[in-house]
Amino acid sequence: MTDLAPISPFDASPSAVARIARRAPVDWTGIAFLTGLAVVILLPLVVTAVWAFAEVWRFPAIVPQRMGLGYWQETLSRHDVWQALWLSLSITTTVTVISAAICFPAAYAFARLDFPGRNMLFLAFLSVQAFPKFGLIIATATIFLTLHLIGTFWGVVLIQLVGTLLYMIWIPVSAFQGVDRRLEEAARDVGASPMRVFWSITLPQALPTLFAAILITFVNTFYETDAAWLIGLPNVRTMPMVMISFINNALEVQYGAVLFVFLWVPSFLLMLAARRVMGADAFAKGFGG
Amino acid sequence: MAQVRLTGIAKAFGKVTALDAMDLVIDDGELVCLLGPSGSGKSTLLRVIGGFETPSEGTIAIDGVDVTHLPPERRPTAMVFQSHALWSHMTVHGNIAFGLKLRRLPRTEIRERVEKVLDLVGLAGYGARLPSQLSGGQQQRVALARSLVIEPKILLLDEPFASLDQHLRERLRDEVRDIQQRLGITAVFVTHGQDEALAISDRIVVLADGRMQQVGRPGEIYAEPKTAFVAGFIGAMNMLDGTLAEGEVVAGGLRLAAEGAGPARLAIRPEDIALTEPEDGRTVTVRRMIDFGSHVVIDSALADGTHLRIQTDKTIRVEAGERVGIHVEQWTVFRDGEAPSRYRSDTVRPFREVRRYA
Repeated sequence: MTDLAPISPFDASPSAVARIARRAPVDWTGIAFLTGLAVVILLPLVVTAVWAFAEVWRFPAIVPQRMGLGYWQETLSRHDVWQALWLSLSITTTVTVISAAICFPAAYAFARLDFPGRNMLFLAFLSVQAFPKFGLIIATATIFLTLHLIGTFWGVVLIQLVGTLLYMIWIPVSAFQGVDRRLEEAARDVGASPMRVFWSITLPQALPTLFAAILITFVNTFYETDAAWLIGLPNVRTMPMVMISFINNALEVQYGAVLFVFLWVPSFLLMLAARRVMGADAFAKGFGG
Repeated sequence: MAQVRLTGIAKAFGKVTALDAMDLVIDDGELVCLLGPSGSGKSTLLRVIGGFETPSEGTIAIDGVDVTHLPPERRPTAMVFQSHALWSHMTVHGNIAFGLKLRRLPRTEIRERVEKVLDLVGLAGYGARLPSQLSGGQQQRVALARSLVIEPKILLLDEPFASLDQHLRERLRDEVRDIQQRLGITAVFVTHGQDEALAISDRIVVLADGRMQQVGRPGEIYAEPKTAFVAGFIGAMNMLDGTLAEGEVVAGGLRLAAEGAGPARLAIRPEDIALTEPEDGRTVTVRRMIDFGSHVVIDSALADGTHLRIQTDKTIRVEAGERVGIHVEQWTVFRDGEAPSRYRSDTVRPFREVRRYA
């Protein structure tokens, strides 16, 4: 009988490793898929980003003839840009805070409490997204007109609150449902009251996913244009409104490109940082993953 | 003193009866195992004692105090969960200290007690780690420490080692038994592992379909099962359907002495069957021999094809297809609605010379 000595992967000779590496199949389908996605998603972003720094870029040149920060200086020195930025941040923060205050307790109730009409009410919250958004805004605008909310800060806040319901209820419901009941039972077992269990166990366990909901809501609200345009104008001009007017009215695309980079880079970095801190599973859990 | 007294405990979930009229007294310092298959009600009973379920009927008293309607946080109990249930956002120290902080103990006392209990469970120096940085066995020790540190009167363990591998499970159950005896704490241990129950408990409560089948010491439950279910559930057992008539029970071609008449179930432990030479007429055909090292199990067939497991000496060697004689040394006959009858043969017959491996 022959004794067979198994080779540990760690002890394998370099030639054996090289042989295994050579045999590894190349996933051409995956590479093609990835390349397609990169072209569709990244190419427009890269082109727009290059436009933001291009002072001269005429056809048929593939790269700009002259690069510089001229358009940045011109755009960022405008008073209305900074005013719109602070207004957008104020509206977005207000909407996110109010939405969290309303939606998180509601989400906890949907996730943990058993009350009559629970499923119907939950569906009603989510059904806001089932209708064409523009129609909903117009219908709301007619009501706001009688309430003198058109063109006001609180009018925009209220209409944008409606748009946050989906993420601020759906994701937190999954977050609270995802907290293992036994963790809460273990806390009660060592003497914690139900309220203490919520603050010390349930909330910290759900927090990463709740942060994901807050982040998605903040970013979505910041870039929201339809409601801000119909309810806010002419008095309330948010940052995306200013960007659209730049793109529509200016002959040079660089103004719009500058604002695009100006708005996109911070939120992209914020998303990256959040994903690193919270982990991908916080986002996945929010969608029932 | 920490005694648990269950009186007429019943629990129904809708139309499903999970527990039915249970009376049980668990004495001070005793470790009682609730043993039964899935759905037998053992975990429900533990949760009723812990306050996580309210019984539909009956009362629970701990040290003579009725705790039936007290929430878990106001009961002198602590539970170790099967899934560990450690709080991942807290360190090991934070997990264990949580119950002490709720009791508003001084910080120095909390630190001392946490260190002491970590030492008790063999995890001294692990306080700063997160649960995710521990192995499954270490996590279960932390869960045990978290329950012990609040000095409960009753320790409840809900299949605490079910997710661990065999070796670790055996080591931890011995450690738990050791700690429980050192502290003299009353403990209720839920398991579906009969070996675990036999190894760890002072008494075993065998449950099936929400009813108590038998309560007794491990050896007593093994040797003298009161129902056919207990006989079949605890340890290996040959259960044969048969008929009682003319002073004999006839089952699967076997004829053994037994009183009574009518249908019956014949129960024979594999180790209560001895091998003999085949000439006495009671023979089986060997189907397979399983060598466990410490003993040998022979899967055999009676004349009518009924399977019969035989446990014998580790030095015995038989071949598949071989016919060997058997001699049943002890057997039990179960009849519906009657106490079981146990029989023993006085005859000891020699088997062939031992065949050893070359």
